[in-house]
Amino acid sequence: MNLRSLLGDRRPAWLGPLVAVVVVYAVFAILTPDTFLRTQNLLTMARQTVVVAICALGMTMVIVTGGIDLSTGSLVALTTVVVARLLRSGYGPVVAVLGALAVAALVGASIGALVGRLKMMPFVVTLGAMTILRGAAKGLADEQKIDCDTKGLERLLSADITAPGLWIALTLAIGVAVLLNYTRFGRHVFAVGSNEAAARLCGIDPARVKILVYMLSSLLFGVAGVMELSTLTVGDPTDSIGLELDVIAAVVIGGASLAGGEGSVIGSVLGALLMTVIKTGAVHRGMPSWTQEIATGAIIVLAVAVDRLRHARARR
Amino acid sequence: MTSPPGAASSPPEAAASGPPVLEIAGAEKSFGAVAVLRGVSLSVRRGEIHALLGENGAGKSTLMRILLGAESADRCQMKLAGEPYAPPGPGAAQRAGVVMVPQERTLCLHLTVLENVVLGLEPARAGFVRRGAAREIAERALGLVTGVGRRIPLDVRAGSLSVADQQLVEIARALAQGGAATREDGLSAKVLVLDEPTASLGQDDAARLFTRVHALKAAGLAVVLVTHFLADVRAHADRYTVLRDGTVKGEGDPKVTPPEQIVREMLGRELEAARVEPGGDARGAPHDEGVLLDVNALGGCDRPRSATFVLRRGEVLGIAGLVGSGRTELLRLIAGLDASIQGTVRVRADKGVGLLSEDRGGEGLMLSRSIAENVTLSRRGSFVSRPSALFAEGARWIAELSIKASSPAQSAGELSGGNQQKVQLARLLREDYDVLLIDEPTRGIDVASKTQVLALVRELARRGKGIVLVSSQLDELVSTCDRIAVLRRGELDAPRPASEWTEERLLLEASS
Ligand SMILES: Nc1ncnc2c1ncn2[C@@H]1O[C@H](COP(=O)(O)OP(=O)(O)OP(=O)(O)O)[C@@H](O)[C@H]1O
Ligand SMILES: [Mg+2]
Repeated sequence: MNLRSLLGDRRPAWLGPLVAVVVVYAVFAILTPDTFLRTQNLLTMARQTVVVAICALGMTMVIVTGGIDLSTGSLVALTTVVVARLLRSGYGPVVAVLGALAVAALVGASIGALVGRLKMMPFVVTLGAMTILRGAAKGLADEQKIDCDTKGLERLLSADITAPGLWIALTLAIGVAVLLNYTRFGRHVFAVGSNEAAARLCGIDPARVKILVYMLSSLLFGVAGVMELSTLTVGDPTDSIGLELDVIAAVVIGGASLAGGEGSVIGSVLGALLMTVIKTGAVHRGMPSWTQEIATGAIIVLAVAVDRLRHARARR
Repeated sequence: MTSPPGAASSPPEAAASGPPVLEIAGAEKSFGAVAVLRGVSLSVRRGEIHALLGENGAGKSTLMRILLGAESADRCQMKLAGEPYAPPGPGAAQRAGVVMVPQERTLCLHLTVLENVVLGLEPARAGFVRRGAAREIAERALGLVTGVGRRIPLDVRAGSLSVADQQLVEIARALAQGGAATREDGLSAKVLVLDEPTASLGQDDAARLFTRVHALKAAGLAVVLVTHFLADVRAHADRYTVLRDGTVKGEGDPKVTPPEQIVREMLGRELEAARVEPGGDARGAPHDEGVLLDVNALGGCDRPRSATFVLRRGEVLGIAGLVGSGRTELLRLIAGLDASIQGTVRVRADKGVGLLSEDRGGEGLMLSRSIAENVTLSRRGSFVSRPSALFAEGARWIAELSIKASSPAQSAGELSGGNQQKVQLARLLREDYDVLLIDEPTRGIDVASKTQVLALVRELARRGKGIVLVSSQLDELVSTCDRIAVLRRGELDAPRPASEWTEERLLLEASS
């Protein structure tokens, strides 16, 4: 056991994404110093990252168990619709939000039960859920946007540093990181993703772990939905189409393996940040949107390639 | 520690006496149309090491999985310490006091050694893992299996360990689950099942394991030991039970039962006299045209450091060495699976070099695919591959190596460990390589198949192949090889004729 292999094993997986964020940020800061470096711009970027980052927290847990969740975007849209409908029916913001979160948790528990107890493939289950939830959102909203008085919810992501949404996201990130790294449950999440048979042999019930993971992640998607409503100020059943792909990209950039057993909260949040920085920077440079799409895609592939290299080196 | 059988309740060390702590009665289990167990009964007493014997595919592991609740029996009555016992899953079995080291590797390779050992028993306060306490448990449990000298680092990923070290971690985990690492005074476990625990261990680790097992036995644990090493059974077990054709075919005290009888009970016939003619004859004449492999000062990243030898046609070259000396790594370098750092390998074999991996579940086989597909997996062959031809080929090899399987379409993962090994061998034989690098070919293989495999190796050499044989079984090396070289901490000594070696000298040389 020489020093290098030890280091290779221990160098945190989020180091790469951190370096990438810093480098990309620096590049854009040099290219467009007058607009990019303003605090207002930093705040905007942070606000734009909130939804993807909160979803990425949940997706990280799911991916660590070796699963995937394709229903993220639909669930976010459904949440905006549920909150908006409850608000329009005269309920207060607290009841509306709690109601929507309950719906999200229920959705997650059902997905978890199908994946865990019935041993169905997460890809297929959540592919179905994606369509079902999108349909449900449209039905609930009569296929149109729901205007409502947001009764203070719009302030969640107001444009200053005291915006509660930012702090909620940060708290949730810390919470999930602690959950994954310092609790018994977190160990079991990694164990199930790494080798389910071994976990079962050690007396862990993988199905229970998965149900909890999908429930927690859907709950987080629900929170993200509330944030989304705060920026939209309407319930929109066609919102966030394809959001799950951005979220999965963030998690993968953050060093998680789709085969399960690996992933980190810090990495995923950095991954989400990286994508925002690229998008914002491209806008500031006045680059056409197709170039940022190419850049984001390239970053995803590059991130995974670098991660593979790191692994190969650690193994040797 | 010799407790004469039937010496009724001798005072303090009441080993192997009293009522059985574990009773299995009438266990039946079929997979589809294949009846694996047909009414097996087993009773194990407190403070007893009970050997469970039988050919590959006899159903030993299946019975043990039923005991652990990992497999449901069609019919089975079990009693643990007099109470009816029917665990719905391994978790329940563990709480009831039954722990197991399974035959196949079951570690979470992404987690650290520490996390693996305490998996499922993490000491926690309000859900938060108490890291200090967890480390203590893992340290103590690992200390029990590795001794004080050689230590497996707790904070490396389990996936970066060798197969032998992983096996030790699994044993440590079972001991921790049994409470051996948490309570000094006593064990919470009642029954410890070891399914071929020494199959991938070196002699020193195996010896240490048995010392530990005896200590556990003295503490009152009942140990069920599944193994193919009859010498270990004679040396360590208090009783044995033989399974064949789904029923119990023999029971007794291995220390007084002649080994021939045990073998007869296992096979249902006499063991054919070993047809392996000892190697080491004057074939090693240095004529250059027969050279298949020329390895010169070969060194890898960590191990081996330097290896030099030539392999000629018709020769079996044995490599002896302790676990961790770099034997597997050497074979991987020669096969070109890992990059070498120094030295050269010159291959003069037209049909290439084939490697039999020691890690059959990890890289040796496609466990979820059929036997036929595994056997016929090849980079050569025609573009079209008809399933019927595939299965005919699979059936041929099943017959050739007497693999115990229901059909060529059965998935490799459903086979017993020993039969999986034979499937792996079949693939190599079918490829007809000129040079075969064989890593632990008899791991997990029963006595009859072992003779068969070794005879096959000699036969291949006779047909002009060159074979490099790595084995922890020194008797195997001495009886099968023409020349043997010892690998010591990464350095390969010059090969010497097998006739100059004995098991003892090999061991001495390898561990010096
Ligand atoms: N899941 C399964 N499906 C179908 N057949 C199975 C399954 N598991 C085991 N078998 C069959 O049951 C038989 C007994 O297997 P088992 O693993 O218990 O043998 P074993 O005595 O442990 O052999 P070995 O010494 O090789 O480990 C084998 O013939 C195997 O093919
Ligand atoms: Mg077995």
